[in-house]
Amino acid sequence: MKSTMKNPVIDVKPGTFINGKWHHHTYQIVKKLGHGACGTVYLACTQSQYVALKISHQQASITTEVNVLKALNQVQGARLGPSLMDVDDWQTSTGETLSFYVMEYLKGYELNAFISRKGEEWLGILALQLLDDLDALHQAGWVFGDLKPENLIVIASPPRLRWIDVGGTTRIGRAIKEYTEFYDRGYWGLGSRKAEPGYDLFALAMVMLQVYYPGRFEKGADPVKTLKEKLHQQQMLQKYSPCIERALFGKYKSSKEMKQDLLNHLTTKPKNHGKSVQKRAQPGKHSSPDHYRMLESLGIGLVLLLFSFVFFIFQSL
Amino acid sequence: MRRGTLKQILLITDGCSNQGEDPAAVSSLIREQGITVNVIGVLEDDQSEQPEGLQEVEEIASAGGGVSRIVFAKALSQTVQMVTRQAMTQTIQGVVNQELQEILGSEKSMDDLPPEKRGEVMEVVEELGETCDLEVLVLVDTSASMTKKLPTVKEALEDLSLSLGARPGKNRFAIFSFPGKKRHISRLLSWTPSIQNISSIFPKLTSGGITPTGPALKEALFQFARTPEIKERRTSDEIYYEEPGH
Ligand SMILES: Nc1ncnc2c1ncn2[C@@H]1O[C@H](COP(=O)(O)OP(=O)(O)OP(=O)(O)O)[C@@H](O)[C@H]1O
Repeated sequence: MKSTMKNPVIDVKPGTFINGKWHHHTYQIVKKLGHGACGTVYLACTQSQYVALKISHQQASITTEVNVLKALNQVQGARLGPSLMDVDDWQTSTGETLSFYVMEYLKGYELNAFISRKGEEWLGILALQLLDDLDALHQAGWVFGDLKPENLIVIASPPRLRWIDVGGTTRIGRAIKEYTEFYDRGYWGLGSRKAEPGYDLFALAMVMLQVYYPGRFEKGADPVKTLKEKLHQQQMLQKYSPCIERALFGKYKSSKEMKQDLLNHLTTKPKNHGKSVQKRAQPGKHSSPDHYRMLESLGIGLVLLLFSFVFFIFQSL
Repeated sequence: MRRGTLKQILLITDGCSNQGEDPAAVSSLIREQGITVNVIGVLEDDQSEQPEGLQEVEEIASAGGGVSRIVFAKALSQTVQMVTRQAMTQTIQGVVNQELQEILGSEKSMDDLPPEKRGEVMEVVEELGETCDLEVLVLVDTSASMTKKLPTVKEALEDLSLSLGARPGKNRFAIFSFPGKKRHISRLLSWTPSIQNISSIFPKLTSGGITPTGPALKEALFQFARTPEIKERRTSDEIYYEEPGH
């Protein structure tokens, strides 16, 4: 077993060729993309394409992630996570054996970078996409776990949200493998760390919240109060706040349910005094259905008034 | 494979031992008893350089077959749970490797399997990690320099309980501090299935400059050897069940 104090960051120089010990494929390192607790991810190339290559001292974590990617790749009708291309070991020139896997390179912006470039109106749309993927994932028996903006990449034209880093992806019913405190309902005192759909929906709600609080925020003495304050302080959040609140407090049973609710809120015309009429707002038309209704009733009223007036005159004759 | 109980000691300290036998030697001894020793060295959040003596942290853990980390106090919660989980996986993997050697012949381990086969073995390791029973004895250094960090330690331990509590397997935790008043360690919390609301258990008054890590570890070992609480509870449960029949 590997020593545990080893620096998790592995430095492979650009240009290095990585040869697989078992499958004999060769990859040339282009540059480092980033690193996390259990490995380093490089952009690499084969003869025909760019790929992302994750390499680590910890064979166990590589194997676990590969297992997850395999399972996700088998889910029909959705692209859950990057597709897996190869798994192998690499013997370095110093005689060390490192484990690695190769996956589809997802070129795009991290969620927060994308939103600050393109505008916050994209948030709702991306959240809807994510809810579809989460639904497929949950149906397949998994929970994403470590859902956070850094693990969400928006690929271009048309913008589509994809997730990376399946290190936290856990079978439903087990204990969440990896999480980030701010997005973890256990940390906020709002639920257990058992893998169930609501765990991801909480994290998604926090992802939406943090878009409007870029520096994130502290938990404070009363975490629930903090969350409620943050939710209602920010005017721009009001269009989602009922959904976010429900997700935070575990009110949704499934991603589908949250998606439907979010969709309803996003397509309802804001500020229709009190009663929320869940009708599609019609951009481009001058008067909304509400205005029509008002004119209509005004018209009917006038006609009635006229009639009774005529009737009155008629009678008094 | 049988579903067994994993036993771990989690030592949380911020400095070097300065009294009694070498903690790494004690740690090797503990490992012989089938108990893993994990060590976390805690730094002050504004501490810029690693203080001398913290390399002992790694020595103790590697002698004890466990995992070590040196972290800032604010990263303690995540570290405690990561270290515990990682050590569990390591231990189980060690056992699985032994079984593999029996099946595949000596000198075979997971490294010798092609990646495809490793996946299947890892599934088994993970499954065992979720379902096995776990006993963690937390040993907290409460010498003067740790005083400021104790609230963070408390939070981290409650958090650990929350993480492990999500597993289908059973958990038992006990918390001891050292140096103790009369003996090397003193019990703050006896074996219990979960750690909650432990703000009041840490001693208000801390002792002076001695850090008898070796002797403290040794006494911690005896807390497992006896494990009276677990066995006793089981027998008293049986008695309890028989009562309605009388
Ligand atoms: N398939 C991919 N395509 C493009 N970039 C990627 C891909 N996978 C990972 N990256 C980049 O590499 C970085 C680190 O990857 P990743 O988050 O998987 O590492 P990790 O070790 O699992 O980190 P963590 O500690 O968050 O689990 C990511 O932030 C991302 O920028």
